[in-house]
Amino acid sequence: MAIAALLLRKRRVLPGFGLALGFTLLYFGLVVLIPLAALVVRSAQVPGAEFLRTVTAPRALAAFRLSFGAAFAAAAINVVFGAIVAWVLVRYRFPLKRLVDALVDLPFALPTAVAGIALTSLYAPTGWLGRPLAALGVPVAYTPLGVVVALTFVGLPFVVRTVQPVLEDLDAELEEAAASLGARRWQTIRRVLLPEVLPALATGFALALARALGEYGSVIFIAGNMPLRTEIVPLLIVIKLEQFDVDGAAALAVVMLAASFLLLLTINLLQRWSRRRRPAFGD
Amino acid sequence: MTSAPVTAVVRPGRVTAEPWPVRGLLLGIAGVFLGLFLVLPLVAVFGQALAKGWEAYWAALSDPDARSAIRLTVLTAAIVLPLNVVFGVAAAWAIAKFEFRGKSLLLTLIDLPFAVSPVISGLIYVLVFGAQGWLGPYLAAYGIKVIFAVPGIVLATLFVTCPLVARELIPLMQSQGTEEEEAALVLGARGGQMFWRVTLPNIRWGLLYGAVLCNARAMGEFGAVSVVSGHIRGLTNTLTLHVEILYNEYSFAGAFAVASLLTLLALVTLVAKQLLEWRVRHAGRAARAGPGPAPEEAA
Amino acid sequence: MSIAVRGVSKTFGRFRALDDVSLEVRTGELVALLGPSGSGKTTLLRIIAGLETPDCGTIHFHGEDATALRVQDRRVGFVFQHYALFRHMTVFENVAFGLRVRPRRVRPDRREIRRRVQRLLELVQLEWLADRYPAQLSGGQRQRVALARALAVEPKVLLLDEPFGALDARVRAELRRWLRRLHNEIHVTGVLVTHDQEEALEVADRVVVMNHGRIEQVGTPEEVFHHPATEFVMHFLGHVNVFRGRFVGQKAVFGGIELDVPDAPETGSLEARGFVRPHDLDLSLAPGPDTLLEGTLMRVNAAGPQVKVELRSEAGEVIHVELSQERHRALGLTAGMRAYVRPRDIKLFPSGTRPVSAEAAPVG
Repeated sequence: MAIAALLLRKRRVLPGFGLALGFTLLYFGLVVLIPLAALVVRSAQVPGAEFLRTVTAPRALAAFRLSFGAAFAAAAINVVFGAIVAWVLVRYRFPLKRLVDALVDLPFALPTAVAGIALTSLYAPTGWLGRPLAALGVPVAYTPLGVVVALTFVGLPFVVRTVQPVLEDLDAELEEAAASLGARRWQTIRRVLLPEVLPALATGFALALARALGEYGSVIFIAGNMPLRTEIVPLLIVIKLEQFDVDGAAALAVVMLAASFLLLLTINLLQRWSRRRRPAFGD
Repeated sequence: MTSAPVTAVVRPGRVTAEPWPVRGLLLGIAGVFLGLFLVLPLVAVFGQALAKGWEAYWAALSDPDARSAIRLTVLTAAIVLPLNVVFGVAAAWAIAKFEFRGKSLLLTLIDLPFAVSPVISGLIYVLVFGAQGWLGPYLAAYGIKVIFAVPGIVLATLFVTCPLVARELIPLMQSQGTEEEEAALVLGARGGQMFWRVTLPNIRWGLLYGAVLCNARAMGEFGAVSVVSGHIRGLTNTLTLHVEILYNEYSFAGAFAVASLLTLLALVTLVAKQLLEWRVRHAGRAARAGPGPAPEEAA
Repeated sequence: MSIAVRGVSKTFGRFRALDDVSLEVRTGELVALLGPSGSGKTTLLRIIAGLETPDCGTIHFHGEDATALRVQDRRVGFVFQHYALFRHMTVFENVAFGLRVRPRRVRPDRREIRRRVQRLLELVQLEWLADRYPAQLSGGQRQRVALARALAVEPKVLLLDEPFGALDARVRAELRRWLRRLHNEIHVTGVLVTHDQEEALEVADRVVVMNHGRIEQVGTPEEVFHHPATEFVMHFLGHVNVFRGRFVGQKAVFGGIELDVPDAPETGSLEARGFVRPHDLDLSLAPGPDTLLEGTLMRVNAAGPQVKVELRSEAGEVIHVELSQERHRALGLTAGMRAYVRPRDIKLFPSGTRPVSAEAAPVG
């Protein structure tokens, strides 16, 4: 009753709020929330001891190490190179720049399975890149390094696309002021530009990490999928499902889900941090 | 201007710039990185697809299993796209034009499917609709198959693509504000008229952009559909699953041929993305600029 | 159609936008809601339009309670601060919108719509721009289209939210005069929100001065300017000099001047504050019986219809004086000279009570 009175008093001028919000909540609840709840409930039904056993089994631990480790490595690579790519795209002029800029989004648009087989064909011992690298003693395909390569691919656009707008919005006057005060170019970059870009870099890292963590399609072809060595957690989940070990699959999945939630929250906080640093126009 | 062969030019007027060697180095690093990670894989797909010649290429694409995979992929996208567009519009309307408690929670939640691994996205539907799942017994009693059948694939695809349109529309509608809609109401328009004549035309490019992204993701999804599909040839294989099957059977040329189809779709998506992105930014900026500087003041 | 606002309050979160506001707008008059940002004037306008709902209080149109009416049913015309033109429709389509969305029964036919839109565009002198889009128009043109669009539905009341705020000074002045002429022609009841006192004084039949969600004074432009009811009104409607003096018994003493103040406070602060407008001050080169204080001329700006003089008093205060050109010539003022300030009219505002305006009377 109190709710009804509250809603009536605050009559909204624009129509359709109830309908829109109601449909949104219903749809989202049915499609997203309830299935996710099923996972949480199912994993809670797994007896505690069994849960721990599944999650700390050597095979599972190896998979976690690989999934998290490779994801971190890939995100870190993307931060460094993605920042350079963003810089080059924003600051320099060169032929086909529009094309390159559009191409950066390829990992967004390309199905992961296609990326998987393409990367494998490149880095396999018989591949265009794999052969010279193997000769140098650096095998890529069917090793953790291959996993890192695949995860770098899928995370590539995240850092670039997060840093680009920040660089574009940077006031040229900041650098000019620094130069007029006698700073060398690298000092300006380190002391003036880097702090401005830092929130975006952090956000991009977190986004790339989130993407890489649960990645499946682009990894399973190049990884080799050897248990305890090159097996990622999502694959382990699939294997357990195929063996009808639903409990085991749910246990592993809920750990990954928890990590995803944490990352999502972190990303949110980071985005709020970067929004405070640069007041968007029109606010 | 200079006639020297210049590969990179700093924007004119920028007095503060890196020295030439550094610029060259950065360009080189970026070029190698992008070439390695973006260009080479693209080339590899088409190279491998045509490795056995054009005939083998067409044969792979017109194979009956390939054709049914195409049909299933298109069917899935055709179902998922309108549903998620309606969801996106509804969510954006509620979030962008109104204030309510829990709005920021809802905004965060909408991003959930992005953070969740594709395999988990499929697993959760197995947990609900699978034989051991919540609804398993009921479905079995009525003979309805969701998991290992088309409905499961549609659901899993719905999950992973659900935020795409909403995330595109929300900032766009927020930047456009509520004034035009209020003006329409003051002028006597009913709710439906206001939405159809004022709101929709203003968001059409953002809507199209979101739809293009949603479609690309729907057709390219792999992990989630892999879990729910059952991999039954000719029945529950989407294009991406078909690629996997061919690859695992060592029919590399065939796998890459089908993959090339998906790659072409990705490239078309990129082009559409570029075109629409420009349009959307234009619409957003025009909204923010409001009554700003404009052509000559004529009394 | 007349508007009656009774006891309207509105709070946004913790911010009190309107506090028990009541107002009567007579049929056919053009009223300006004048005040600084945050004074509640826009909120009040939007409540009248139905774009916000008051927490309590009522709105009556011509005696009938309209508080529960939806915005679509109120037959008001609203001109937004940023025009809110439909950016994907031409000027013609924008103006025709209100007519086209009418239910079939009351909708005029195509030819009639065209005729009416044409007439309105001629009224605002923009018929030659009918096929352009809002992005192709200048700010002043967009504003006039917004006005024509609001008038197309033949509203009983026209509400304008800072209509000229975003335009440059010259265009603003032109449009102001134009709006006044338009109002004289069509006689629609109008409420205009503005923070520009010059605009309110020039355009409106009556001015409502608002501050912090309350009405400070309602009156004709002359009334609010020459007879401000409170300190705030006086400050807001033009330049003001503030002089400090003392209360001595039933008098207020400023420099060499004594004023009879029947409502003087008996105890408490003995400090009195007198307010004088720059044009109510005169200067002389020699001290006299009605001299308020002495100062040094800092700046003399003779460019303009009046001469603006800035003085610094011994206490370090800056005083603004406006003199006619003849007076300036007669005195031959230059920067650096010493001059003596003589007020023609000092206003005092004892807190909370009526203002007292006193003719300066020389002491003893």
